[in-house]
Amino acid sequence: MGVIPWASWYALRRYSAYPLGSMAEAVTNSFFGVVRAAILLALWHARPGLGGYDATDAVTFSFLTQSLIGPVQIFGGMELAQRIRSGDVAIDLHRPVDLQAWWLADDVGRAMSTLVLRGLPPMVVGALLFTVRLPDPGEAAAFAVSVGLAVLLSFALRYLVTLAMFWLHDERGVQAVTLVLSLFFSGMIIPLVAFPETLGDVARALPWSGLIQVPADVFLGHRTGGALLSGLAFQAAWAAGLLVAGRLLTRAATRRLEAQGG
Amino acid sequence: MIEMTDVTKTFVLRRRNGRRLRRERTPVRAVDGVTFTVERGEFLGYLGPNGAGKSTTIKMLTGILTPTSGRVRVAGLDPSRARTALARRIGVVFGQRTTLWWDLPLRDSLTLVRRLYRVEERAYRTRLAELTALLELEPFLATPVRQLSLGQRMRGDLAAALLHDPELLVLDEPTIGLDVVSKATVRGFLARLNAERGTTILLTTHDLGDIERLCRRVMIIDRGRPAFDGDLAALRRAAGADRQLIVELAAPSPPVELDGVEVTLVEGPRQTLRLPDGANAASVVAALAARHEVRDIALRETGIEDIVARLYRGDQEISTPVTS
Repeated sequence: MGVIPWASWYALRRYSAYPLGSMAEAVTNSFFGVVRAAILLALWHARPGLGGYDATDAVTFSFLTQSLIGPVQIFGGMELAQRIRSGDVAIDLHRPVDLQAWWLADDVGRAMSTLVLRGLPPMVVGALLFTVRLPDPGEAAAFAVSVGLAVLLSFALRYLVTLAMFWLHDERGVQAVTLVLSLFFSGMIIPLVAFPETLGDVARALPWSGLIQVPADVFLGHRTGGALLSGLAFQAAWAAGLLVAGRLLTRAATRRLEAQGG
Repeated sequence: MIEMTDVTKTFVLRRRNGRRLRRERTPVRAVDGVTFTVERGEFLGYLGPNGAGKSTTIKMLTGILTPTSGRVRVAGLDPSRARTALARRIGVVFGQRTTLWWDLPLRDSLTLVRRLYRVEERAYRTRLAELTALLELEPFLATPVRQLSLGQRMRGDLAAALLHDPELLVLDEPTIGLDVVSKATVRGFLARLNAERGTTILLTTHDLGDIERLCRRVMIIDRGRPAFDGDLAALRRAAGADRQLIVELAAPSPPVELDGVEVTLVEGPRQTLRLPDGANAASVVAALAARHEVRDIALRETGIEDIVARLYRGDQEISTPVTS
């Protein structure tokens, strides 16, 4: 067996090394779940059936997407960015392993760790305080696949942003722009079903919708049969395309690598 | 093991120039025409002031930088093309960075490194036992890396770089920041590794104790250009390092007169004499004692620190051509 599964396994352990920190994040995520559920409930009371969701769907959406914050790291960022900035990336490049594959493996481990530590609490809190819709076994299985693809897609997007560090030497600008794009176009702020028609169509075609909106629709049973397959294919296609872009950019980046930090 | 032929690396520095918005692009030659060969089993010290091009040379040797021109071969491979294949055959340690995982115990970092380099389970166990004994890792194998002292971390990094038994070990300032005891452990370990396992070692350092204790061969690079290549004795000769005889006479006297010996300082009864190159100190002392009443004598060699400082400052032209 190659090193890649091991890299994921050790990343899982590494990111699980601080359970107190993860618990604090889970509490925060759950709290904002309540806030968002209250806001969306008000919206759906005013406009029942908006975008094909009922009030229970809207509440479930709030807590579910709070659970996904960790696994798809919706706020962006990657440890690799600091390593490029400090020059520690030289260590990574001295290893007999592909840079992108290595960090993908790391990110998969990170996602699994946060899924367990930060994913469950918001859903539990939601179920205790509100009525939430839970999927049947078939929907749950489809949801698991969709979350897996969302993690890949999230990595592919953040890896591209991170590689920009090789050229920009500072990630804050790109980070700020991509944060807004990812929060808005993923459906994290308002579900994309509630977007006005044209904007909604645009948002649903962009990769960020594959991070939150698609998995949420699968969970809520709004995507079955052909719609389910097209949703998963949409996520997979964006993930594959962006991973290939990341490959090409990696090659360009290592060519231009400068002696940063001596 | 290493062949570098007329290697040059040029970086382009961009900086804003006054009121103009356009950035000025200045090419900087970090490494400028470096040629050297390192045979299997050598222990080479690579010296140079900050910014001389040491790290750039190392990064070209390991393949993470591509030379602008010239030819590099390490273990028969072209490093920038075969970086991953080369990585399996060499070990690299940076004193200022760590390859270990901050949040995991040292032992776990080492097992992950084992997976990275695909070291067989049995070979790994033997190797880890050896390294644990030599580097005294046992007390902190179970400690998370973030809690290790710098000396412990460095020993852990050395172990990680050597698990796959590389033919070549490249060390970039391995003793930086270490206390005297840790330095001694690391140096002793490197000396044994080179002598007993025959591992070729290339080391950059600012600690000349490393060089004196370890390196049979020294290379100096300055402003990207090779400035010296030879052993320590040759470096002393090349730098015109001399020996001084400090004599304390029974009474103050005018400068003593001896053939070929120059008196550089007279302080009352104490005189400092410079011995010419190759002079026999014993016969000078004998001649001196025959003519003067001598109370005390001390012989002083110019330290390596002084020699290198002179070379770096450029006070001293190196008097012999570079050999390679």
